[in-house]
Amino acid sequence: MNMHVPRHWREIPKRYRMEAGKCKKCGSIQFPARLICPDCSAREFETIRLSGKGKLTTYTVIRVAPSGFGDLTPYAVAIVKLDEGIQVMGQVCDCDPETLKIGDPVATQFRRMNEEGKTGMLIYGFKFVPDLGL
Amino acid sequence: MKEVAIIGIGMTKWGELWEKSIRDLTTEAALKCLDDAGVDKVDTITVGAMSGGLFNGQEHLASIAADYLGQRFVPATRVESACASGGLAVKTAYMEVASGLAQYALAIGVEKMTDVDGGEATFALATAADQDYEAFHGITFPGLYAMMAYAHMEKYGTTLEQLAQPAVKNHTNGSMNPNAQFPFKVTLEQVMNSTKVADPLRLLHCSPITDGAAAVLLAPVEVAKKMNKPYAVIIGIGHATDSIALCQRKDLCKLDAVEQAAQRALKMAGKTIKDIDFAEVHDCFTIAEIMVMEALGVVEPGQGGPACMDGLTALDGKFPINPSGGLKSKGHPVGATGVAQIYETVSQLRGEAGDRQVKNAGIGMTQNMGGSGASSITHILEARS
Repeated sequence: MNMHVPRHWREIPKRYRMEAGKCKKCGSIQFPARLICPDCSAREFETIRLSGKGKLTTYTVIRVAPSGFGDLTPYAVAIVKLDEGIQVMGQVCDCDPETLKIGDPVATQFRRMNEEGKTGMLIYGFKFVPDLGL
Repeated sequence: MKEVAIIGIGMTKWGELWEKSIRDLTTEAALKCLDDAGVDKVDTITVGAMSGGLFNGQEHLASIAADYLGQRFVPATRVESACASGGLAVKTAYMEVASGLAQYALAIGVEKMTDVDGGEATFALATAADQDYEAFHGITFPGLYAMMAYAHMEKYGTTLEQLAQPAVKNHTNGSMNPNAQFPFKVTLEQVMNSTKVADPLRLLHCSPITDGAAAVLLAPVEVAKKMNKPYAVIIGIGHATDSIALCQRKDLCKLDAVEQAAQRALKMAGKTIKDIDFAEVHDCFTIAEIMVMEALGVVEPGQGGPACMDGLTALDGKFPINPSGGLKSKGHPVGATGVAQIYETVSQLRGEAGDRQVKNAGIGMTQNMGGSGASSITHILEARS
């Protein structure tokens, strides 16, 4: 489906910089940031940047893709528990998806996600790669 | 609140129905339901459908239903809760009758999914996930449940054989259901060697893309009593939500919304899970049936897989699950599924399920789920005559 540019543009702080909200009352971290804390109902947050480093909680290898992702198959998508203790979803690339295991360490990189519509608008975001500790 | 009965049921044959449109399916199921009840005019109509817009380029489905049923001017509402839209339609109709707003409330569930190709259908279904933080990364619904499956295998040691067994059992039941999309048996080997979709899930772990509709007619119990034939009473309803994004759940092996909805329904009915004779549950993927068994309290957490192998949930088991064939064999026209679960449960309670009849079916439960478990609706029905 073709969306107008602002549909993507307004997500840039989250997609490019992994900006999250940290509750000023209970300290819980929310990604994406929210207006009200689901843990303590407070409404004041500070903006923080997530480390992007963590370990695989679970994953899958997508063989039948939704429209827009067909060229990538097979590709891995994982839920990653970040060092901050919260879980986020993302693709895992630069690896053989068949060799992934729960618990594997990963780090994020800024990547091209796909292109959209007749204009070929490029969509960017974060993907995970194996964390080689370099 | 008034006690509410289900006095009529109807459904179309399910499958890839190239010659039928969404309005044909809606009308056909509803007319069969009204004929079953012997009722001509209704006071209100609720249509459960997930995405007429993306599947057919057609919204405003409630007005189409009233119009093509020959009931223009009747109030009609379309409700949506992704794949739980059908269950929500029944709940909405229940509230209309229980509150006294309506005497005859018709609930219709429908989805016509083959008007678009597989990629577009996969995209449409993925809109039940979090668009910006899940679908953005190219995840699919098989992918979300596949991630739950790997987590369940890691935490509880659930095996690939156990993961395949619900498909074998549901196809066995579905082979006796003339309305099923795939009314034939499959073997464990066929399931485990079918085409990979999203590891560890393969094609035969997944419910299909389906066209179909189902309808049920609700009325006060006093009306049902005058009909001189068996009927079912809705004795419990539970409805719950959870985080839209799977990654925001603390335990990926637990369907909290399913548990909460079931507990609410059981509390309202004054029953425990031990009082339930059989259930129709949302086996959109085999891992979902295993995790739903655990969330309903049929087995302890982690015991869903072994219980499937032991035959607990088979048609002749202690707790039959999905006698209809479930989403796996009967098909999964998403908005229709929750209503068809009620259709099957009423058929069983009336003793009209033929070869797949559950013995001594007195109380049945339905569990209809939206997204990766972000919504769940449970109904408990009791046989009366």
